[in-house]
Amino acid sequence: MGISAHDVTKRFGDFQALDRVSVDVPDGSLTALLGPSGSGKSTLLRIISGLDQPDSGSVVIAGRDVTGLPAQKRGVGFVFQHYAAFKHMTVEQNVAFGLKIRKRPKDQIRARVHELLGLVQLGGLAGRYPSQLSGGQRQRMALARALAVEPEVLLLDEPFGALDARVRKDLRQWLRELHEQVHVTTIFVTHDQEEAMEVAQQIVVMNEGRVEQVGGPRDLYEHPANRFVMGFVGPVNHLGDDELVRPHDIEVMREPADTTTRAMIERIVHLGFEVRVELLLDDGRQVQAQITREQAEDLGLQAGQLVFVRPSRSMVFTS
Amino acid sequence: MPSGQLFTRGLAVAWLSVIVLIPLAAVVARSTEDGLGAFWTSVTNPQAVAALKLTLLVSVVVVLVNAVTGTLIAWVLVRDDFRGKSVVNSIIDLPFALPTIVAGLTLLALYGSKSPVGINVAYTQVAVLLALLFVTLPFVVRAVQPVLLELDRDMEEAAASLGAGGLTTFRRIIFPNLVPALLAGTALGFARSVGEFGSIVLISGNIPFDTEVASVFIFGQIETDNVTGAAAVSVVLLAISVLLLTGIAALGRWGAKHER
Repeated sequence: MGISAHDVTKRFGDFQALDRVSVDVPDGSLTALLGPSGSGKSTLLRIISGLDQPDSGSVVIAGRDVTGLPAQKRGVGFVFQHYAAFKHMTVEQNVAFGLKIRKRPKDQIRARVHELLGLVQLGGLAGRYPSQLSGGQRQRMALARALAVEPEVLLLDEPFGALDARVRKDLRQWLRELHEQVHVTTIFVTHDQEEAMEVAQQIVVMNEGRVEQVGGPRDLYEHPANRFVMGFVGPVNHLGDDELVRPHDIEVMREPADTTTRAMIERIVHLGFEVRVELLLDDGRQVQAQITREQAEDLGLQAGQLVFVRPSRSMVFTS
Repeated sequence: MPSGQLFTRGLAVAWLSVIVLIPLAAVVARSTEDGLGAFWTSVTNPQAVAALKLTLLVSVVVVLVNAVTGTLIAWVLVRDDFRGKSVVNSIIDLPFALPTIVAGLTLLALYGSKSPVGINVAYTQVAVLLALLFVTLPFVVRAVQPVLLELDRDMEEAAASLGAGGLTTFRRIIFPNLVPALLAGTALGFARSVGEFGSIVLISGNIPFDTEVASVFIFGQIETDNVTGAAAVSVVLLAISVLLLTGIAALGRWGAKHER
């Protein structure tokens, strides 16, 4: 059950968008496709939806092989980055669209639309046109529209990408809560690792048309499979050619100790609860350490000062 | 009001008055110079009525045909991709660029008594229709084309993901978004049809009660020194045009109220 893409390949001219990609998404889960632009994440989502067709490979949704079926026969709900609102229809008509073309009885449509507008908190705006809504409201309308036809799966392509930071943060949490209520198998595409970490139960990290790693948020952060994943899901410092360390895994001391290296503080950046210390090592490498404000005060750190640092935890990826 | 604004506004009004409003007022004044009775006799003259009827009827047919074919051509130019598309795209404007009398000559050469393709429609109402279709071709195409280009393709994909087939998507999503442009193009085409002279005068034969259109009738009245009669029929044409343009503008406003 759930969604499974098997050996999917897609080429746009000379560009290999997807290279034999296989992904399994468990039934009822909330999964993120995470990767930089050009990694193939949106292409994979569009192939799952049927809006694009793969060059080879297959797609199975809820046990049914849908490869080759057009989007309108797949039973998917799709949400676009730029809302794709039907601008000549009211909010109510937008949400009712899928039901109306299925020729459902009028009172049934009205009841379902009403219920969905309540779910996405647009109850009072049924008669408005999309142009009279904010971006966040439009995207919630688009979500209600996609959910109206009771899709097997819900696919969201950078759903919060066009919204400003505040709204984006609110909607992330809201999406997670919504998923807990409706429990439809959901995949969303994002290039924002924080968003993926915060919303998804499972994250598929993609790069250059391939899957780099699949795992839970904590799993990816603690046990990245390779250099790319480690660098993409959080900040890293390079110590030596193959050794990577997270900024919060660097210890800063006033006195030299076992295995420490001497470093000069170039700059101290206050981030609220934490402080980022930018350091220049003896060998000319620049590294960043992240420590609490309290620690920084106890150590009396100042720019220009000489300190001693060592990694408390690092990972080695031999290339 | 700042003096600059006053100046530009004054200039605009003056220009419009000299070029458009005063001549129009003059025609209206001329048409009633011999009293309202004479005006009424002129416009109810059977030959005038026949000419006005033909003009309106053919214009309506032209506009309906254009609405369909113009949208189709715009669609092909925007959504299709083929060799020589840019050539086809520039051919659309040819009826605009061609002097209408040349258009009339061209049509006469092709569909006249010496037709190389064996189709002779000269001096029939079909000829009037053909000439008007020729000169009004660009209006709907050029109105709909940019809107179609700008149309958000995501809307169509969203409709598809919600289960809509191609026809449903066109009818419920694409077409409603084209309506304002379609109305605007249609209105311009109608106005042009009602007033067209050059392309019709050669091929129609100008047979009274049969192929004589209003503009040719007006010309005939002036030739026979009946300036008042000519002005009277002109005023009727003018009234129809104004009514139509305001009506379509109102429709467009109503439709565009919730655009974007």
